[in-house]
Amino acid sequence: MIIRTLVALALAALAASACTTASAAELPTHVAIRIHYSHFDQTKIDVPMGVPVTFTLINDDPIDHEWLIGDEAVHARHRAGTEAVHGDRPNEISLPPFSVRTTTLTFDKPGPLTFICHFPQHEAYGMVGVVMVKP
Amino acid sequence: MRRFLAGFAAVAAALIATTQPAAACAGLIGPNGAVNLLRTTTFAGYHNGVEHYVTSFQFAGGSGQFGSLIPLPGVPDKVEKGGAWTLQRLIRETTPIKGFDSLLIRSAIAAPQGAQVLLEVRIDALDITVLKGGGAEVGQWATEHGFRLPPAAPEVLDFYANRSPIFLAAVFDADAAKARGQRIGDGTPVHVTIPTANPWVPLRILGLGKSADDRIDADVYLLTDQRPALLPYPLGNGMRLDHSAVATTSLLDDLRSDKGMDWVPQAGWLSKIAIDASASQLTYDLAVDAKGSSPSRVAAGLQAPAGQTGSSTGGPGNDQIALIGIALAALGAIFLLRKSQPVIG
Repeated sequence: MIIRTLVALALAALAASACTTASAAELPTHVAIRIHYSHFDQTKIDVPMGVPVTFTLINDDPIDHEWLIGDEAVHARHRAGTEAVHGDRPNEISLPPFSVRTTTLTFDKPGPLTFICHFPQHEAYGMVGVVMVKP
Repeated sequence: MRRFLAGFAAVAAALIATTQPAAACAGLIGPNGAVNLLRTTTFAGYHNGVEHYVTSFQFAGGSGQFGSLIPLPGVPDKVEKGGAWTLQRLIRETTPIKGFDSLLIRSAIAAPQGAQVLLEVRIDALDITVLKGGGAEVGQWATEHGFRLPPAAPEVLDFYANRSPIFLAAVFDADAAKARGQRIGDGTPVHVTIPTANPWVPLRILGLGKSADDRIDADVYLLTDQRPALLPYPLGNGMRLDHSAVATTSLLDDLRSDKGMDWVPQAGWLSKIAIDASASQLTYDLAVDAKGSSPSRVAAGLQAPAGQTGSSTGGPGNDQIALIGIALAALGAIFLLRKSQPVIG
Protein backbone atom coordinates (compact mmCIF):
# COMPACT_ATOMS: atom_id res chain seq x y z
CA MET A 1 0.00 0.00 0.00
CA ILE A 2 2.77 2.34 0.96
CA ILE A 3 4.75 1.46 -2.14
CA ARG A 4 1.73 2.00 -4.32
CA THR A 5 1.24 5.38 -2.77
CA LEU A 6 4.87 6.31 -3.27
CA VAL A 7 4.73 5.24 -6.89
CA ALA A 8 1.59 7.22 -7.42
CA LEU A 9 3.20 10.27 -5.87
CA ALA A 10 6.32 9.83 -7.99
CA LEU A 11 4.24 9.53 -11.14
CA ALA A 12 2.28 12.60 -10.18
CA ALA A 13 5.51 14.52 -9.59
CA LEU A 14 6.84 13.37 -12.93
CA ALA A 15 3.67 14.40 -14.66
CA ALA A 16 3.78 17.80 -13.01
CA SER A 17 7.38 18.20 -14.03
CA ALA A 18 6.59 17.21 -17.58
CA CYS A 19 3.74 19.67 -17.66
CA THR A 20 5.96 22.45 -16.38
CA THR A 21 8.61 21.72 -18.96
CA ALA A 22 6.09 21.47 -21.75
CA SER A 23 4.36 24.71 -20.81
CA ALA A 24 7.68 26.53 -20.51
CA ALA A 25 8.53 25.45 -24.02
CA GLU A 26 5.17 26.67 -25.18
CA LEU A 27 5.21 30.01 -23.44
CA PRO A 28 3.70 32.76 -25.54
CA THR A 29 5.83 35.02 -27.67
CA HIS A 30 2.91 37.37 -28.24
CA VAL A 31 1.22 38.91 -25.23
CA ALA A 32 -1.64 41.39 -25.20
CA ILE A 33 -2.12 43.56 -22.14
CA ARG A 34 -5.20 45.73 -21.89
CA ILE A 35 -5.50 48.71 -19.59
CA HIS A 36 -8.98 49.54 -18.38
CA TYR A 37 -9.97 51.74 -15.46
CA SER A 38 -6.27 52.17 -14.71
CA HIS A 39 -5.57 48.50 -14.21
CA PHE A 40 -3.65 45.98 -16.30
CA ASP A 41 -5.86 43.05 -17.21
CA GLN A 42 -2.92 40.70 -16.71
CA THR A 43 -0.60 41.04 -13.79
CA LYS A 44 1.28 37.74 -13.94
CA ILE A 45 2.72 36.69 -17.27
CA ASP A 46 5.19 33.93 -18.03
CA VAL A 47 7.42 34.40 -21.07
CA PRO A 48 10.33 32.43 -22.49
CA MET A 49 13.93 33.51 -22.16
CA GLY A 50 16.11 34.14 -25.21
CA VAL A 51 13.44 34.59 -27.85
CA PRO A 52 11.71 37.79 -28.97
CA VAL A 53 8.44 38.41 -27.14
CA THR A 54 6.04 40.91 -28.62
CA PHE A 55 3.78 42.85 -26.27
CA THR A 56 0.68 44.57 -27.59
CA LEU A 57 -0.41 47.23 -25.13
CA ILE A 58 -3.96 48.54 -25.36
CA ASN A 59 -4.98 51.63 -23.42
CA ASP A 60 -8.78 51.69 -23.20
CA ASP A 61 -8.79 54.68 -20.87
CA PRO A 62 -9.27 58.36 -21.69
CA ILE A 63 -6.13 59.17 -19.75
CA ASP A 64 -2.43 58.66 -20.34
CA HIS A 65 -0.68 55.59 -19.08
CA GLU A 66 2.71 54.02 -19.56
CA TRP A 67 4.16 50.54 -19.47
CA LEU A 68 7.66 50.37 -18.11
CA ILE A 69 9.26 47.01 -17.53
CA GLY A 70 12.50 46.33 -15.72
CA ASP A 71 14.16 45.55 -12.44
CA GLU A 72 13.91 47.61 -9.29
CA ALA A 73 16.71 49.92 -10.43
CA VAL A 74 14.74 50.83 -13.54
CA HIS A 75 11.65 51.59 -11.51
CA ALA A 76 13.54 53.52 -8.88
CA ARG A 77 14.87 55.72 -11.66
CA HIS A 78 11.41 56.34 -13.04
CA ARG A 79 9.90 57.06 -9.67
CA ALA A 80 12.37 59.89 -9.32
CA GLY A 81 12.78 60.62 -13.00
CA THR A 82 12.11 63.65 -15.11
CA GLU A 83 10.92 62.24 -18.42
CA ALA A 84 7.42 63.18 -19.41
CA VAL A 85 7.21 60.81 -22.33
CA HIS A 86 9.20 57.68 -23.07
CA GLY A 87 9.89 57.34 -26.74
CA ASP A 88 12.52 55.08 -28.13
CA ARG A 89 13.22 52.43 -25.54
CA PRO A 90 11.43 49.14 -26.10
CA ASN A 91 10.95 48.58 -22.38
CA GLU A 92 9.49 52.05 -21.76
CA ILE A 93 6.26 52.63 -23.64
CA SER A 94 4.06 55.71 -23.37
CA LEU A 95 0.38 55.05 -23.97
CA PRO A 96 -1.80 58.02 -24.86
CA PRO A 97 -5.57 57.69 -24.34
CA PHE A 98 -7.23 55.01 -26.48
CA SER A 99 -3.95 53.97 -28.06
CA VAL A 100 -2.36 50.69 -29.00
CA ARG A 101 1.39 50.22 -28.97
CA THR A 102 3.55 47.23 -29.72
CA THR A 103 7.02 46.48 -28.47
CA THR A 104 9.29 43.48 -28.76
CA LEU A 105 11.75 42.43 -26.10
CA THR A 106 14.18 39.56 -25.74
CA PHE A 107 14.92 38.62 -22.17
CA ASP A 108 18.37 37.21 -21.59
CA LYS A 109 18.07 36.32 -17.93
CA PRO A 110 15.53 34.24 -16.08
CA GLY A 111 13.56 35.66 -13.22
CA PRO A 112 10.90 38.21 -12.51
CA LEU A 113 10.64 41.68 -14.00
CA THR A 114 8.04 44.16 -12.96
CA PHE A 115 5.96 46.37 -15.23
CA ILE A 116 4.51 49.55 -13.77
CA CYS A 117 2.81 52.74 -14.83
CA HIS A 118 4.72 55.53 -13.14
CA PHE A 119 2.28 58.34 -13.67
CA PRO A 120 1.53 60.00 -10.36
CA GLN A 121 -0.60 57.77 -8.14
CA HIS A 122 -0.94 55.04 -10.78
CA GLU A 123 1.43 52.56 -9.14
CA ALA A 124 -0.27 53.00 -5.79
CA TYR A 125 -3.60 52.58 -7.56
CA GLY A 126 -2.49 49.12 -8.64
CA MET A 127 -0.91 49.50 -12.05
CA VAL A 128 1.74 46.89 -11.37
CA GLY A 129 2.38 43.49 -12.90
CA VAL A 130 5.09 40.87 -13.14
CA VAL A 131 6.65 39.18 -16.15
CA MET A 132 8.35 35.92 -15.18
CA VAL A 133 11.10 35.02 -17.62
CA LYS A 134 11.53 31.27 -17.79
CA PRO A 135 14.49 29.37 -19.26
CA MET B 1 -14.16 85.56 7.10
CA ARG B 2 -13.10 84.70 3.60
CA ARG B 3 -11.54 81.55 4.78
CA PHE B 4 -14.96 80.13 5.25
CA LEU B 5 -15.78 80.33 1.62
CA ALA B 6 -15.94 76.92 0.22
CA GLY B 7 -13.67 76.45 -2.70
CA PHE B 8 -13.50 73.03 -3.92
CA ALA B 9 -11.63 73.58 -7.09
CA ALA B 10 -8.57 75.02 -5.60
CA VAL B 11 -8.99 72.92 -2.57
CA ALA B 12 -9.10 69.78 -4.56
CA ALA B 13 -6.32 70.96 -6.67
CA ALA B 14 -4.45 71.35 -3.49
CA LEU B 15 -5.14 67.80 -2.63
CA ILE B 16 -3.82 66.60 -5.89
CA ALA B 17 -0.80 68.73 -5.61
CA THR B 18 -0.01 67.55 -2.20
CA THR B 19 -0.77 63.91 -2.72
CA GLN B 20 1.27 63.49 -5.82
CA PRO B 21 4.98 63.07 -5.52
CA ALA B 22 6.91 65.95 -6.93
CA ALA B 23 9.11 63.60 -8.82
CA ALA B 24 7.24 60.88 -10.57
CA CYS B 25 7.24 60.14 -14.23
CA ALA B 26 4.92 62.10 -16.39
CA GLY B 27 3.11 64.92 -15.02
CA LEU B 28 2.51 66.94 -12.01
CA ILE B 29 0.59 69.94 -11.12
CA GLY B 30 2.13 73.29 -10.43
CA PRO B 31 5.71 73.62 -9.42
CA ASN B 32 4.70 74.54 -5.95
CA GLY B 33 1.94 72.57 -4.44
CA ALA B 34 1.73 74.76 -1.42
CA VAL B 35 -1.98 74.97 -1.28
CA ASN B 36 -3.97 74.85 1.86
CA LEU B 37 -6.73 72.39 2.43
CA LEU B 38 -9.85 74.22 3.42
CA ARG B 39 -13.29 73.08 4.24
CA THR B 40 -15.78 72.98 1.39
CA THR B 41 -19.27 74.45 1.52
CA THR B 42 -22.02 74.09 -1.02
CA PHE B 43 -25.60 75.15 -1.21
CA ALA B 44 -28.25 73.22 -3.13
CA GLY B 45 -31.58 74.97 -3.15
CA TYR B 46 -34.55 73.31 -4.80
CA HIS B 47 -37.79 75.05 -5.66
CA ASN B 48 -40.34 74.72 -8.48
CA GLY B 49 -38.42 71.92 -10.15
CA VAL B 50 -35.21 73.89 -10.42
CA GLU B 51 -32.00 73.24 -8.62
CA HIS B 52 -29.93 76.24 -7.63
CA TYR B 53 -26.47 75.20 -6.85
CA VAL B 54 -24.07 77.68 -5.31
CA THR B 55 -20.51 76.94 -4.46
CA SER B 56 -17.26 78.78 -4.32
CA PHE B 57 -13.98 78.03 -5.98
CA GLN B 58 -11.40 79.15 -3.56
CA PHE B 59 -7.94 80.44 -4.21
CA ALA B 60 -5.82 78.49 -1.81
CA GLY B 61 -2.36 79.49 -2.93
CA GLY B 62 0.15 77.92 -5.25
CA SER B 63 0.53 78.72 -8.92
CA GLY B 64 -0.36 77.29 -12.29
CA GLN B 65 -3.78 76.01 -13.18
CA PHE B 66 -5.96 73.64 -11.28
CA GLY B 67 -9.15 72.14 -12.42
CA SER B 68 -12.06 69.98 -11.57
CA LEU B 69 -14.72 68.00 -13.35
CA ILE B 70 -18.07 67.96 -11.70
CA PRO B 71 -20.91 65.62 -12.62
CA LEU B 72 -24.23 67.42 -13.09
CA PRO B 73 -27.68 65.86 -12.96
CA GLY B 74 -28.92 67.80 -15.96
CA VAL B 75 -28.13 70.55 -18.41
CA PRO B 76 -27.87 73.87 -16.60
CA ASP B 77 -29.89 76.83 -17.81
CA LYS B 78 -27.32 79.21 -16.48
CA VAL B 79 -23.89 79.32 -14.94
CA GLU B 80 -23.23 82.71 -13.49
CA LYS B 81 -21.48 84.58 -10.78
CA GLY B 82 -22.93 83.66 -7.46
CA GLY B 83 -24.25 86.02 -4.91
CA ALA B 84 -21.94 87.68 -2.48
CA TRP B 85 -23.12 86.31 0.80
CA THR B 86 -25.31 83.25 0.25
CA LEU B 87 -22.78 80.71 1.51
CA GLN B 88 -21.63 82.87 4.35
CA ARG B 89 -25.18 83.52 5.44
CA LEU B 90 -25.91 79.78 5.46
CA ILE B 91 -22.85 79.10 7.53
CA ARG B 92 -23.87 81.76 9.97
CA GLU B 93 -27.30 80.19 10.25
CA THR B 94 -25.90 76.96 11.64
CA THR B 95 -22.64 78.14 13.12
CA PRO B 96 -22.07 81.76 14.03
CA ILE B 97 -19.56 82.90 11.45
CA LYS B 98 -19.07 85.22 8.48
CA GLY B 99 -17.45 85.50 5.04
CA PHE B 100 -17.59 86.63 1.32
CA ASP B 101 -16.34 87.29 -2.37
CA SER B 102 -16.84 87.97 -6.30
CA LEU B 103 -16.98 87.42 -10.55
CA LEU B 104 -17.46 88.05 -14.79
CA ILE B 105 -18.06 86.29 -18.05
CA ARG B 106 -16.32 85.28 -21.26
CA SER B 107 -15.63 82.22 -23.37
CA ALA B 108 -13.39 79.32 -22.64
CA ILE B 109 -11.78 76.41 -24.36
CA ALA B 110 -12.62 74.82 -27.68
CA ALA B 111 -14.00 71.32 -27.70
CA PRO B 112 -12.65 68.35 -29.58
CA GLN B 113 -14.98 65.85 -31.12
CA GLY B 114 -16.50 63.54 -28.63
CA ALA B 115 -17.76 65.48 -25.69
CA GLN B 116 -20.14 68.24 -26.67
CA VAL B 117 -19.56 71.68 -25.23
CA LEU B 118 -22.87 73.12 -24.09
CA LEU B 119 -21.75 76.24 -22.32
CA GLU B 120 -18.60 78.23 -21.65
CA VAL B 121 -18.27 80.92 -19.05
CA ARG B 122 -15.39 82.92 -17.62
CA ILE B 123 -15.80 84.03 -14.03
CA ASP B 124 -12.88 85.90 -12.54
CA ALA B 125 -9.91 83.53 -12.73
CA LEU B 126 -12.19 80.62 -13.40
CA ASP B 127 -12.98 79.06 -16.79
CA ILE B 128 -16.11 76.95 -16.75
CA THR B 129 -17.21 74.58 -19.50
CA VAL B 130 -20.37 72.48 -19.40
CA LEU B 131 -19.91 69.22 -21.31
CA LYS B 132 -22.17 66.46 -22.49
CA GLY B 133 -20.70 63.05 -23.12
CA GLY B 134 -19.86 59.65 -21.76
CA GLY B 135 -17.11 59.11 -19.26
CA ALA B 136 -14.57 58.27 -21.94
CA GLU B 137 -15.49 61.30 -24.02
CA VAL B 138 -15.36 63.70 -21.14
CA GLY B 139 -12.13 62.17 -19.92
CA GLN B 140 -10.66 62.48 -23.39
CA TRP B 141 -11.82 66.08 -23.63
CA ALA B 142 -10.09 66.85 -20.37
CA THR B 143 -6.92 65.06 -21.42
CA GLU B 144 -6.88 66.83 -24.77
CA HIS B 145 -7.27 70.12 -22.99
CA GLY B 146 -4.11 69.61 -21.08
CA PHE B 147 -5.26 68.01 -17.89
CA ARG B 148 -4.10 64.94 -16.16
CA LEU B 149 -6.78 63.06 -14.33
CA PRO B 150 -6.15 60.80 -11.37
CA PRO B 151 -6.04 57.06 -12.10
CA ALA B 152 -9.49 56.44 -10.67
CA ALA B 153 -11.01 59.00 -13.02
CA PRO B 154 -11.97 56.66 -15.90
CA GLU B 155 -14.08 54.48 -13.65
CA VAL B 156 -15.56 57.36 -11.70
CA LEU B 157 -16.43 59.30 -14.85
CA ASP B 158 -18.28 56.26 -16.18
CA PHE B 159 -20.01 55.84 -12.83
CA TYR B 160 -21.45 59.34 -13.14
CA ALA B 161 -21.94 59.39 -16.91
CA ASN B 162 -24.15 56.33 -16.62
CA ARG B 163 -26.46 58.44 -14.46
CA SER B 164 -26.18 61.73 -16.29
CA PRO B 165 -23.85 62.64 -19.16
CA ILE B 166 -23.50 66.25 -18.06
CA PHE B 167 -20.29 67.51 -16.50
CA LEU B 168 -18.97 70.88 -15.52
CA ALA B 169 -15.27 71.43 -16.06
CA ALA B 170 -13.76 74.24 -14.08
CA VAL B 171 -10.25 75.54 -14.45
CA PHE B 172 -8.89 77.80 -11.80
CA ASP B 173 -5.90 79.85 -12.86
CA ALA B 174 -3.93 80.58 -9.74
CA ASP B 175 -1.57 82.94 -11.57
CA ALA B 176 -4.51 84.91 -12.93
CA ALA B 177 -6.03 84.97 -9.48
CA LYS B 178 -2.83 86.41 -8.08
CA ALA B 179 -2.70 88.96 -10.88
CA ARG B 180 -6.25 89.96 -10.02
CA GLY B 181 -5.18 90.55 -6.47
CA GLN B 182 -7.00 87.58 -5.05
CA ARG B 183 -5.55 86.44 -1.80
CA ILE B 184 -5.36 82.98 -0.33
CA GLY B 185 -8.80 82.12 0.91
CA ASP B 186 -10.62 84.36 -1.54
CA GLY B 187 -13.39 82.48 -3.24
CA THR B 188 -15.22 82.81 -6.52
CA PRO B 189 -18.86 81.96 -5.97
CA VAL B 190 -20.60 80.23 -8.84
CA HIS B 191 -24.34 79.78 -9.22
CA VAL B 192 -25.53 76.93 -11.45
CA THR B 193 -29.23 76.70 -12.28
CA ILE B 194 -30.40 73.21 -13.27
CA PRO B 195 -33.98 72.15 -13.99
CA THR B 196 -34.31 68.73 -12.43
CA ALA B 197 -36.65 66.41 -10.57
CA ASN B 198 -34.76 66.22 -7.31
CA PRO B 199 -31.59 67.50 -5.73
CA TRP B 200 -28.64 65.16 -5.78
CA VAL B 201 -25.22 65.46 -4.23
CA PRO B 202 -22.29 63.53 -5.67
CA LEU B 203 -20.08 62.48 -2.79
CA ARG B 204 -18.07 59.59 -4.16
CA ILE B 205 -16.22 61.91 -6.43
CA LEU B 206 -14.84 63.75 -3.44
CA GLY B 207 -12.49 60.87 -2.83
CA LEU B 208 -11.07 60.95 -6.30
CA GLY B 209 -7.34 61.41 -6.34
CA LYS B 210 -7.06 60.79 -2.64
CA SER B 211 -5.62 57.96 -0.63
CA ALA B 212 -8.03 55.70 1.17
CA ASP B 213 -7.21 57.25 4.54
CA ASP B 214 -7.35 60.88 3.44
CA ARG B 215 -10.04 62.85 5.21
CA ILE B 216 -12.82 64.62 3.40
CA ASP B 217 -14.50 67.51 5.12
CA ALA B 218 -17.34 69.35 3.50
CA ASP B 219 -20.62 70.99 4.37
CA VAL B 220 -23.69 70.65 2.20
CA TYR B 221 -26.68 72.91 2.75
CA LEU B 222 -30.00 71.86 1.28
CA LEU B 223 -32.97 74.17 1.04
CA THR B 224 -36.15 72.39 0.02
CA ASP B 225 -39.82 73.27 0.21
CA GLN B 226 -40.38 70.65 2.86
CA ARG B 227 -38.35 68.24 4.95
CA PRO B 228 -36.48 66.04 2.45
CA ALA B 229 -35.77 62.32 2.62
CA LEU B 230 -32.10 61.44 2.27
CA LEU B 231 -30.33 58.28 1.15
CA PRO B 232 -28.09 57.14 2.69
CA TYR B 233 -29.37 58.68 5.86
CA PRO B 234 -26.54 60.72 7.38
CA LEU B 235 -25.71 58.65 10.42
CA GLY B 236 -22.39 57.06 11.21
CA ASN B 237 -21.41 56.65 7.58
CA GLY B 238 -19.13 59.62 7.14
CA MET B 239 -22.11 61.97 7.05
CA ARG B 240 -23.79 63.85 9.86
CA LEU B 241 -27.08 65.68 9.80
CA ASP B 242 -25.99 68.77 11.69
CA HIS B 243 -29.10 70.81 11.09
CA SER B 244 -32.63 69.99 10.03
CA ALA B 245 -35.33 72.55 10.69
CA VAL B 246 -37.75 74.95 9.15
CA ALA B 247 -35.73 77.72 7.51
CA THR B 248 -36.01 80.93 9.44
CA THR B 249 -37.66 83.91 7.82
CA SER B 250 -34.56 85.99 8.41
CA LEU B 251 -32.40 83.44 6.58
CA LEU B 252 -34.75 83.27 3.62
CA ASP B 253 -35.00 87.06 3.47
CA ASP B 254 -31.23 87.40 3.57
CA LEU B 255 -30.69 84.78 0.90
CA ARG B 256 -33.36 86.33 -1.31
CA SER B 257 -31.66 89.70 -1.15
CA ASP B 258 -28.41 88.32 -2.58
CA LYS B 259 -27.58 88.55 -6.29
CA GLY B 260 -29.47 85.98 -8.36
CA MET B 261 -31.31 84.63 -5.36
CA ASP B 262 -34.76 86.09 -5.87
CA TRP B 263 -36.07 82.57 -6.48
CA VAL B 264 -35.77 81.75 -2.76
CA PRO B 265 -39.27 80.88 -1.53
CA GLN B 266 -41.11 82.40 1.43
CA ALA B 267 -40.91 79.15 3.35
CA GLY B 268 -38.65 76.14 3.27
CA TRP B 269 -36.70 73.49 5.14
CA LEU B 270 -32.97 73.84 5.79
CA SER B 271 -30.74 70.80 6.16
CA LYS B 272 -27.03 70.81 6.77
CA ILE B 273 -25.12 67.62 6.05
CA ALA B 274 -21.54 67.53 7.25
CA ILE B 275 -19.19 65.20 5.45
CA ASP B 276 -16.49 63.92 7.77
CA ALA B 277 -15.21 60.76 6.18
CA SER B 278 -12.21 58.94 4.89
CA ALA B 279 -11.98 58.76 1.12
CA SER B 280 -12.57 55.03 1.24
CA GLN B 281 -15.82 55.58 3.12
CA LEU B 282 -17.39 57.66 0.42
CA THR B 283 -18.60 54.96 -1.91
CA TYR B 284 -22.02 56.57 -2.34
CA ASP B 285 -23.70 59.79 -3.33
CA LEU B 286 -26.43 61.60 -1.46
CA ALA B 287 -29.85 61.07 -2.99
CA VAL B 288 -32.58 63.50 -2.01
CA ASP B 289 -36.31 63.29 -2.36
CA ALA B 290 -37.45 66.85 -1.97
CA LYS B 291 -40.98 65.67 -1.19
CA GLY B 292 -39.77 63.59 1.70
CA SER B 293 -40.74 60.14 0.47
CA SER B 294 -38.30 57.78 -1.25
CA PRO B 295 -34.91 58.87 -2.56
CA SER B 296 -33.54 56.91 -5.50
CA ARG B 297 -31.10 54.10 -4.80
CA VAL B 298 -29.68 54.71 -8.24
CA ALA B 299 -29.05 58.33 -7.40
CA ALA B 300 -27.33 57.28 -4.20
CA GLY B 301 -25.03 55.05 -6.20
CA LEU B 302 -26.31 52.01 -4.32
CA GLN B 303 -27.77 50.49 -7.46
CA ALA B 304 -26.67 50.66 -11.08
CA PRO B 305 -28.94 52.42 -13.53
CA ALA B 306 -31.03 50.15 -15.72
CA GLY B 307 -29.33 49.36 -19.00
CA GLN B 308 -26.09 50.82 -17.81
CA THR B 309 -23.31 50.90 -20.34
CA GLY B 310 -19.68 51.60 -19.88
CA SER B 311 -19.77 54.96 -21.46
CA SER B 312 -23.12 56.36 -22.37
CA THR B 313 -23.79 59.55 -24.15
CA GLY B 314 -27.53 59.64 -24.01
CA GLY B 315 -29.55 61.79 -21.70
CA PRO B 316 -30.67 60.54 -18.35
CA GLY B 317 -33.58 58.15 -18.40
CA ASN B 318 -36.77 58.75 -16.53
CA ASP B 319 -35.79 56.81 -13.50
CA GLN B 320 -32.43 58.45 -13.57
CA ILE B 321 -34.16 61.73 -13.50
CA ALA B 322 -35.33 60.80 -10.11
CA LEU B 323 -31.83 61.10 -8.98
CA ILE B 324 -31.27 64.20 -10.80
CA GLY B 325 -30.62 67.13 -8.78
CA ILE B 326 -27.84 69.24 -8.39
CA ALA B 327 -24.46 68.43 -9.19
CA LEU B 328 -23.15 69.13 -5.98
CA ALA B 329 -19.99 70.06 -7.33
CA ALA B 330 -19.39 71.64 -4.20
CA LEU B 331 -17.56 68.87 -3.29
CA GLY B 332 -17.14 66.68 -5.96
CA ALA B 333 -14.63 67.15 -8.45
CA ILE B 334 -12.22 65.29 -10.41
CA PHE B 335 -9.18 67.23 -10.07
CA LEU B 336 -7.13 67.71 -13.03
CA LEU B 337 -3.63 68.68 -13.59
CA ARG B 338 -2.38 70.80 -16.40
CA LYS B 339 0.10 69.02 -18.59
CA SER B 340 1.54 72.35 -19.47
CA GLN B 341 2.88 72.53 -15.99
CA PRO B 342 6.39 71.29 -15.64
CA VAL B 343 6.23 67.63 -16.20
CA ILE B 344 8.28 65.73 -13.78
CA GLY B 345 9.01 62.14 -13.84
